[in-house]
Amino acid sequence: MSAESMTIAKAVNAGLRRAMEGDDHVLVMGEDVGRLGGVFRVTDGLQKDFGEDRVIDTPLAEGGIIGTAVGLALRGYRPVCEIQFDGFVFPGYDQIVSQVAKMHFRSGGRLRLPIVIRIPYGGSIGAVEHHSESPEAYFAHTPGLKVVTCSNALDAYWMVQQAVALDDPVVFFEPKRRYYEKAEVDPAVDAADVLALESARVTLPGDDVTVAAYGPMVKTCLDAASAAADEGRSIEVVDLRSLSPLELGTVYESVRRTGRLVVVHEAQRTLGIGAEVAARVTEECFYSLEAPVQRVTGYDTPYPPARVEEQYLPDLDRVLDAVDRSLAY
Amino acid sequence: MTTQAEHPASSAAAPADPAGLLPAAEPVAFLDDDGSPAPEHRRGRYREPDLALLREAYSRMVVGRRFDAQATALTKQGRLAVYPSSRGQEACQVGSVLALRPTDWLFPTYRDTMALVTRDIDAVEALTLLRGNWHCGYDPHATRTAPQCTPLATHLPHAAGLAYAARRKGEDTVVMALVGDGGTSEGDFHEALNFAAIFAAPVVFLVQNNQYAISVPLSDQTAAASLADKGIGYGVPGVRVDGNDPVAVLAVLTDAVETARSGAGPVLVEADTYRVEPHTNADDDTRYREHDEVETWKHRDPVDRLDAYLRANDALSDDDVSAAGARAETLVDDLRTRMAGDPDADPRELFAHVFAEPTSQLREQAGWLAAELGET
Ligand SMILES: Cc1ncc(C[n+]2csc(CCOP(=O)(O)OP(=O)(O)O)c2C)c(N)n1
Ligand SMILES: [Mg+2]
Repeated sequence: MSAESMTIAKAVNAGLRRAMEGDDHVLVMGEDVGRLGGVFRVTDGLQKDFGEDRVIDTPLAEGGIIGTAVGLALRGYRPVCEIQFDGFVFPGYDQIVSQVAKMHFRSGGRLRLPIVIRIPYGGSIGAVEHHSESPEAYFAHTPGLKVVTCSNALDAYWMVQQAVALDDPVVFFEPKRRYYEKAEVDPAVDAADVLALESARVTLPGDDVTVAAYGPMVKTCLDAASAAADEGRSIEVVDLRSLSPLELGTVYESVRRTGRLVVVHEAQRTLGIGAEVAARVTEECFYSLEAPVQRVTGYDTPYPPARVEEQYLPDLDRVLDAVDRSLAY
Repeated sequence: MTTQAEHPASSAAAPADPAGLLPAAEPVAFLDDDGSPAPEHRRGRYREPDLALLREAYSRMVVGRRFDAQATALTKQGRLAVYPSSRGQEACQVGSVLALRPTDWLFPTYRDTMALVTRDIDAVEALTLLRGNWHCGYDPHATRTAPQCTPLATHLPHAAGLAYAARRKGEDTVVMALVGDGGTSEGDFHEALNFAAIFAAPVVFLVQNNQYAISVPLSDQTAAASLADKGIGYGVPGVRVDGNDPVAVLAVLTDAVETARSGAGPVLVEADTYRVEPHTNADDDTRYREHDEVETWKHRDPVDRLDAYLRANDALSDDDVSAAGARAETLVDDLRTRMAGDPDADPRELFAHVFAEPTSQLREQAGWLAAELGET
């Protein structure tokens, strides 16, 4: 296998395929994941190659999908459950929060649930309601769940395999508006050399302001950084990747150099990931900060109709405005 | 304690369904596939709807189908965000509404825009959700129609609750709640049936079994003999009807609505129909079904069957057909004109509707957006 340029959707597919080849216990289950290959084609071809017993078109019930995955996991299977869209995870929310998250704890560590719950999330795809939400904070707020999100194809490929390999449950958010963006992926790289699932990454080094983001907003921040560079400002972009645990060492190190931080996410502002990042950076880097941490987020409203979603969502200009506010402080 | 001797017939001879909650072996039908009369026994205990109602249904179905085709075309032109067509399901879309009084309530899904138009909801308002300028364009109280629901089956407990409210208040309102075959797998479907039964709520649950939940065929959705079989477990009568037979659909639904109105509690109706178009304009149905299957169902077309039936009863003339066509063209001409421009969606409105009164936090955020919009 040699390096190949692939989309995020294809990279998740390739990562799942490799995980399934490596372990017979890995199952894919969800709505339309088999014959159709998922509404985003992320599981395309898997049922054909691994059979209906390993790639299962389930009845239409998220609680049933997650609940039966728990039972399968108790007997050594490693289910990868697909939730079709962010807004449709909630019929399965009880199973995720009350059962998946707590099973290890309440059994005193005797029961492990190596379940991956994949959720395409975020907006800007022109969809109707419930198809563009960013519910990651609900899950990150729940002890017992690991919550990660990829922003590019390379991470998608490796992170999904790392998530499947983990003995803990992982909620795996995929930035659906970026599904068809490409990057170079080299499957021949030694898995041991790949960045750990829980680590953040400096995606673009810079000196003046740190911008931390994840998932779909990383690309937006990289675009903002290149626009800022044209005006002589140097932005460092950190891709958080893991939202729970939220390992902020990379951010602290960056903020100690730049003295300024902007956090960006599509999700609503109040009690979002940005609030946690701001609180902890304030605790850890207080004497390095030249300005209050700035947040660029969705508004505290339900996700809007498609015609006005671009006014709701953070964009390059809002990121640059926040950078300016930070620099002007 | 009773003994075997006191109840000698216990297991062997007792009917499995003493209360008559299970559907008949075959779906209720009045028409054969070509519109000629079906064998008498297929009608069960149902009365034939009168011709005036069927003529009305015909006209509504012609208008509905034309509306549906126009909505699909508008989607291809980029005027709608998405459109889930109900082509082929006209008998259910129209029958579910014509069975109701204006004071009754309808709980529709994303698939049921044709039913909204049949309810005389303005076509542009009916398409607001799918056009993407707001999440619901019509006034639910004025139209007695809940917002179209997308998270599957989550509206069904609401329908049960609203029907229960009507019973508590001594009103004679009936609620018609629509759901797909896939939606019957969600927990909310089952909770709704149970609550409705316990509360003796006047609600009719109509399952439009169009054979697919996106790509997943009914055989992967349920191991039950039929979806109407799901009623008995909750003490709710289940009826199965040929959903492409408009006469049977109206006969069964008007009866179910009467039952609910009489205080006898909920009814579950499964209408066997077919989704002729892909799930939405974004779907590629060649991945999961054969073209032949679609063609077979087109031979059971509900509009054609009603046309044949009415003509055989001297209840439809060529003039009637042209009149229905003209009504349809008037509606879609108006729709096209009013959908031509970009919709007047104002992002500032986002903050107005989160609560009855915007919070200070929302007012602050509204200010940020206003400043931004003012700048550009
Ligand atoms: C809770 C929930 N899960 C998943 C979806 C995504 N989804 C939209 S339509 C659909 C299939 C629904 O099938 P069915 O109930 O048969 O209705 P139909 O679309 O055929 O009218 C799915 C899975 C959803 N809308 N809501
Ligand atoms: Mg269906």
